[in-house]
Formats: sequence, structure tokens, C-alpha cells
Amino acid sequence: MSDVSLMVNGKRVNGTAEDRTLLVHFLRENLGLTGTHVGCDTSQCGTCVVHVDGKAVKSCTMLAVQASGSTIVTIEGLANGADLHPVQAAFKEHHGLQCGFCTPGMIMTATDMINRHPEGLDEATVRAELEGNICRCTGYHNIVKAILAASKTMSKASKGKARQAA
Amino acid sequence: MGIEGVGARVARKEDKRFITGAGRYVDDMVVPGMKHAAFVRSPHAHAQIKKIDVKKAQAMPGVIGVLTGKELKADGIGNLICGWMIHSKDGSPMKMGAWSPLAFDKVRYVGDAVVIVVAETKGQARDAAEAVEITYKELKAVVDASKAMDKGAPQIHPEADNNLIFDWDIGNADDTAAAFQKAAHVVKMDIINNRLVPNAMEPRAALGHYDKAEDHYTCWTTSQNPHVARLVMSAFYNVAPENKLRVIAPDVGGGFGSKIYIYPEEIVCLWASKKTGVPVKWVADRTESFLTDAHGRDHHTHAEMAFDKDHKILGLKVETKANLGAYMSLFSSATPTYLYATLLSGQYNIPAIHANVKAIYTNTAPVDAYRGAGRPEATFVMERMMETAARQFGVSPAELRRKNFITSFPHQTPVIMCYDAGDYAASLDAAMKASDYAGFAKRKAAAAKKGLLRGIGMSCYIEACGIAPSAAVGSLGAGVGLWESAEVRVNAVGTIEVLTGSHSHGQGHETTFAQLVNERFGVPLDSVSIIHGDTDKVQMGMGTYGSRSGAVGMSAIVKALDKVEAKAKKIAAHLLEADEGDIVIENGALKVAGTDKNVPWFQMALAAYTAHNLPGGMEPGLKETAFYDPSNFTFPAGCYICEVEVDPETGTTEIIQFVAADDFGNIINPMIVEGQVHGGLAQGIGQALLEGAHYDNSGQLLTASYMDYTMPRAGDLPSFKVSTSNTPCPGNPLGIKGCGEAGAIGSPPAVINAITDAIGSNDLAMPASPSTVWAAIRATTKH
Repeated sequence: MSDVSLMVNGKRVNGTAEDRTLLVHFLRENLGLTGTHVGCDTSQCGTCVVHVDGKAVKSCTMLAVQASGSTIVTIEGLANGADLHPVQAAFKEHHGLQCGFCTPGMIMTATDMINRHPEGLDEATVRAELEGNICRCTGYHNIVKAILAASKTMSKASKGKARQAA
Repeated sequence: MGIEGVGARVARKEDKRFITGAGRYVDDMVVPGMKHAAFVRSPHAHAQIKKIDVKKAQAMPGVIGVLTGKELKADGIGNLICGWMIHSKDGSPMKMGAWSPLAFDKVRYVGDAVVIVVAETKGQARDAAEAVEITYKELKAVVDASKAMDKGAPQIHPEADNNLIFDWDIGNADDTAAAFQKAAHVVKMDIINNRLVPNAMEPRAALGHYDKAEDHYTCWTTSQNPHVARLVMSAFYNVAPENKLRVIAPDVGGGFGSKIYIYPEEIVCLWASKKTGVPVKWVADRTESFLTDAHGRDHHTHAEMAFDKDHKILGLKVETKANLGAYMSLFSSATPTYLYATLLSGQYNIPAIHANVKAIYTNTAPVDAYRGAGRPEATFVMERMMETAARQFGVSPAELRRKNFITSFPHQTPVIMCYDAGDYAASLDAAMKASDYAGFAKRKAAAAKKGLLRGIGMSCYIEACGIAPSAAVGSLGAGVGLWESAEVRVNAVGTIEVLTGSHSHGQGHETTFAQLVNERFGVPLDSVSIIHGDTDKVQMGMGTYGSRSGAVGMSAIVKALDKVEAKAKKIAAHLLEADEGDIVIENGALKVAGTDKNVPWFQMALAAYTAHNLPGGMEPGLKETAFYDPSNFTFPAGCYICEVEVDPETGTTEIIQFVAADDFGNIINPMIVEGQVHGGLAQGIGQALLEGAHYDNSGQLLTASYMDYTMPRAGDLPSFKVSTSNTPCPGNPLGIKGCGEAGAIGSPPAVINAITDAIGSNDLAMPASPSTVWAAIRATTKH
């Protein structure tokens, strides 16, 4: 057993875990953050994506002890209180989800993707960057639409902030 | 239509919990004292079990119980069954072999469950599972249905000689033979419909909890039909009587058919909970899902179609071998018979049809209904045949189809189905227009300049949904009725709960069902809750599959709403001292038509519960129940057109555009309908281009992870152009047909017709991977 100390969704969390415990299992079972899912055994499906120190990471590819000391954001911590994150809002508005199982991972991947492309996104880029996230329900059509819409919203918001700062 | 009523593009009520991580799936459930299970599974496709030694495993850290099939059998737990009786053409009943939830004498496919280990943690359960020692005597295996009846093939079940489960006929052989005698042209094809793995993103899971004090069981399970699960586990598997068994299917992460069936694991977890005295949770890993979820398709077919000199179809002969795997899954016998061969008339006038289906055991995972279930297989046969015929005759594929379309309704086909309504030319025209079919030659020429082969292909599908009148399916062998139930509860403050036997696992019922209520009573969507998936809350229901929740589930709700409306109007008339026939419901109030006299909806509801002033003899309260049994199947139909570019150097196919023109009858929420089409298309295109379950000759599944089985990714697919037309279904009160499976049914032949058009070779297997396409190109060109 090893000590694990994390900052998760803005809160300091300390615990112990078997050395073989994956980050995803630590989040789900020790912290009760069951929004992060497990959909495969081979790090292909992307239902377990969280942000580790600001980057999208498949939490099944990392041991909990490896993550110790990191700052983590899960789907439960993405919204700003009662206000949905623009990517969450766009998935709802554009029907980017059906059964909801891949959705948390999709949203965390999409948020990271948009952050990495402040210049904006096009359909081909979104589709290429979703390589690591599998959805069986939507045919991706509305997920792509939602991400493109969120990217526009977020870029407007950041331009607005930039203008305010100036 | 109001802004939240029928036909409105309303965002989904259920989304909030899914986008914030608050969905509640089986693996998210925690019960006090809960422990974890792992199954020891057969590594062999076919073997005798000589010895099971659990001693080492029992001594491992954290282990609570290690249980075998012999103990399960000793406790009287029954074998799994197939619930649809099919009789062979000689009148004999299908030959169903025994399927014990835990194998004790013989294993018949890789993944067959043999032992359950219960331990404190999932890791400890897996460690101990590895320590269980099972001695097997390996037997020869067969995985290919076309070889399983050969001389010398291994005998899989003693009940089924030569592995033949049934040899079934439909249609008229004599009429069909006579039609072929008159034929000017005969088109012949051998067609394989590739085996698929459904791959709902949420793996199957079960949590069994036996409450000793109450002698009562609760099962949380990933089910599309929890009531059917309870019924089957009570009536056939002897787990517990229905009043002592509660089945809950909470949020379920996709099903696509694979979560209809009752599998060994939920039965064993419930039984193991009683044996060990702790709640037992099992969650499949992805490889377990690949190995043990019921697979789909896997047909080998020879088809012949007879045409007259004017290219009108005279007759159709079809012979199909259907691989049912190692055991008969719950509805496995219906899928390649009544859900397949009854659709072999397609959208066409065919005077004579004869089909023969042989269902065959192999040493592979059980095969059952997967999105479309039989209808994709029928559509693939019909639409590959029509395209091939057009190429052989040198005529336009669109015009050959149009010439043979059924144009008057009702239309009785030679294979049971009576089509009630449709306009197939309307869908064909819409798809041709949306795809700029007329401009294809120019685009092909432009692609050729870039060294690319451009092709276009179409598919005019029909399917049957809303399965179906109970008496009719009963006469065909179904062990259950196929109606649906609904209960509408109006609370004293006017808010409404609808309890339904349908189950939502992505389809958006919490929104569309509430839209029905809003349309009827003007109550805001936020004041309507849809309750489903719990046998303690909803009395009985048949669940969600076969695109039946709209046509059957919502029709049951309409019936219950009718009853609520009638009583509400009586109460309002009494309060307003008016005639009941003069009451109308508008803008959330019950009004006397043509006057300003009204009582708000919530006041009427309150009056029903205070019961201070009700019409004489009326019972207090406002709650109504209805059971709805459909009068016929519904018949969604449409036309899909796919355009591809193939790189002849690499065999890579790119879908340039995909157009879907569907007729689903009336639509409750177009946004949700489009989403269903998108998802179905992705699965159908996946079948055509990417997906295929492959066993080696020893019965090992070579495609048992996402490293090996190609799931469609975002980059493999285009954005889709979808549209709908509408011939309302006359068979149900809403005029709706169902949209859940169409995309998966209609799209594979459109893709293959497009690729074969591009490469100029008609011989192409699914999935049309780059190597398959490259080889097909090489086979037809000189290099």
C-alpha cells in the first residue's frame, strides 16, 4: 500500500492504495467520483479521461501512486458551480450524447482539445483528435457539432475577456 | 405543437446528470457489505471438464467463496433457455441443448463460465480466479456454420444431431419454382453477413443482493428489459419467485440488443449472494464482453432472384445458414427466422418467395439480435441482389428498384408481413436529390483525374418494428406477449409521473415520453417525470428492443392519458357546472369551450385528491393504467445513398457523403430521431468497412479487444445528411413507426454497392478493409 495525495476538483485528498491501483479506480472507488468510467482494458475507449495537471489523460493508463502530487479535474469538477462548462452545455444543446457512458471522457477530451487550439477548430481536426474516444451511440455526428460550437463559444468568451482586460 | 410538445426539437431532460458525471450505472452502485466477483472462464472452445480444484483459490487473501456449477445445479438453479420455439419444416421442435449458468461437465466456447470467485476486492477475486485449477480434456472445435454440419465435425450438444438446431421454411416452394421456370433472367449470389460484436460502451454488470431476513433478492443489472429478466429468472431459472425478486436496470450505457438477454452472470451473482451471505458485484472487463456478450449476424446465404424480360421480379429463393454459437440465447431462434425471412420481400412486389434457414451450433459465443436483428441481413441480401441485377442488365439501379416498388397499401407479401403504409419512391427521390445523384458522373471523372476510384451505391430498405401483436407472435412460437404497459399518475399538485415498461438506455425516453404529456395537458416538461427500469415501481413491461418503445411503449402511454383525460374532464365539468363534452384542455387549464370559464390543471388535480367535491360515485385520486397490444408491426422504410472514393494503390475507402432519407411516420422529437439515425448509420458503416469478429479454427476469438476489433472512430465517418418523409402508420394512435435500427439496417449494402461500383468488381466481403478492397481490385486488373 502507498500513500496517495491529490488535489481533486479543488479539494485536497489523501488516501492509501494498493500499488497496482489505477488512477481511475482510485477516483471511482476511494473518492466515489463515479462520473469517470471504465469501458475497456486496453486504454482505447477514452471513457476514463480526466485532466491531470491541465492535460487530458486516460486515468486507466496511470497508477494512483504515480498521480500523487498532481492536480486533477474530473467531470464532476468541470462546471462552475451551477453553471455548466461551455462544452457540457454544447453537448446538451447539440444532442452530443445518448446513453451517456462515453460522455464524461468525451467532454474532458473536448475541453482539452479546445484549450490546445485557441485558433479554433475545424471538423477534420476534431475528428482526428477524437481518435482516443469511442462512442457507440451517436455516430459522432453531434459530438463533432457540439465541440465545434463549444470552441466558438469559448473563443468568443476569451476574446471578450481580452477586450475587458484591455 | 407547443414548444415542448409533439414534434418539438426539445433538448433532453436526462442530459444534466450525464454531462455532470452524475449518471448512475450498475458499476456505480454500492451496497453496504458488497464484495466483488470474478468468473473463471473456459480457455478452450470445446472440452470436457475432468476436474475442478478450488482449494488453492479458497486459501487466497480476501476470498469469501469459490463456487462451481455442481453446487449451482444441486441448489436447483435451472438452465438458460431460448424463449421462442421454432419448428423445423418436418414439424419437429428445435433441438435446444442444455446451457448451465456455470458449466460443470463440458465447455462449448471460449469464455464459457465455469467457476465464480467472490472476494473482498476485485483484484483479490481475480488473483484467486487464476488459482482455480481446472483439468480439461480438449475436444475438436468448429467455428464456421458452413462446416459445422460436415461429416466429421464435432458434435456440440447431444440434443442436436449434426449441430442442426432447426431446418425451417417460409413461403411457397412450388410457386417459387414455377416463377423461376418462367424467368428471362436469374441473378445468383453467395452472400456472407459478417459476425459483429455489439460493444455497448458500458460493459455488462450485475449486482446481486440476497436479504436473508426478508428472504428477498435484488438484482441491479445492465438490462434493456428488467421485467423480462425477473420473469425468466423466476419462471425458468428458479432463482426466486417474482414477489421475492426485484430487478433494477438503472442508467444503462447502451444495449443494441446485447442487453436484452438474461446471461449466466446475473443468475450466478444472485445465487452466490445467498451462498456467501454478502452482496456480490460483477463487472465485465472489455475482453469478457467480447467473449460472452451475444454476438450479431453471421449468416451464410445463397440467393437467386428471377426476373421477367422487362426486369420485373418474378420470384426469390434464399437459403441461409445461421450460426447461433454454442448455446441458444434468449431470442436467438427468432432473429434468423421471423425477424429475417419475413422481410425478404424488401420494398418490392415479389409474387413468389421461398426461404430456408438452417440454424447451427458452433463453438463460438451465442449469437442473437443485434441492432436490426435479422432485418439488416435481409436488407443486405435484397439490396446486393438488386444492385447486382441492375449491373447485369445494364440498367439504372434506381430505375430497376422503382419499377419493382410496391405502390399500393395494404400490401400482403408472400412471407407473412402485411405492409400498412409507405411511399418508397418519395424516399428514393429525396435521397437522389440530396446526394446530387445526377451529378455523380462529373464527380467520378474529377476523382479519376486524381487517380481515385469514385463509386456510388444505394439501398432501399424496409424493416418491421414495434414487435408485435401478442397473439400473432404467440402463434409463431414466442414465449412472451409483446405488448407494453403504462401508468400515469397525476399528483395532487398537478405534476405527473409516467411509469413505463419501456427502458431507456440512450433513446431519450425521459424527454420524448414527457413531450406526449405536455402535448396533451399543457403541463411543462419539468413537471413530468418518467419512471422506468425497476420492477418494484413499474408493475410489468416488455422493455426496449426492435424499435418498439415509440410505437408500442408510447401508444400504451397514450391509452393511459386518454383515461386520465376522461376523468379530469369529468371533474372539471362538475366543478364548472358544465357538460363534460364541452370541456377542452388548453394552456394548462380545463375550459368550457367558447367561454372564459376554466379550472387550472393543478386545481382539478387537487380536487381529485381532496375529494371534497367530486361527481357522485366517483373514486378519489387521478391515476390510470393501460396495457397496449399492437395490431400489426410497423414498417419504417427509406433510401440510403453512399458515395465513396477508393485509393487503388492502398485499397483505402473514404466515405465522401452519406445520405439517409427515412420514413418513420410521425415524429415526436426530430433531434432525437436524427441522433438515432446517426448512431445506426455508424454501426452499419462499421459493419461494412471495419468490424468483424474472427475466430481461429481452434475457437479462439482473435478480435477480443479494441486493439483487434475495429470500432468506428470519429475519423472513419463523415457527417451525415439525413432527412425524413412521412406516411403516418395507421396501426397505432400516434402514427409512428420507429427509428432505432433503420440506420444499421439500411447502410451496409449502400456502402458495399458504392465500393463495388468504384472498383468495378462485384465480389467483395464485409468488412471491406483496405486489404480486402486492394485484393478485390488486384483480382480484376492486370498488374
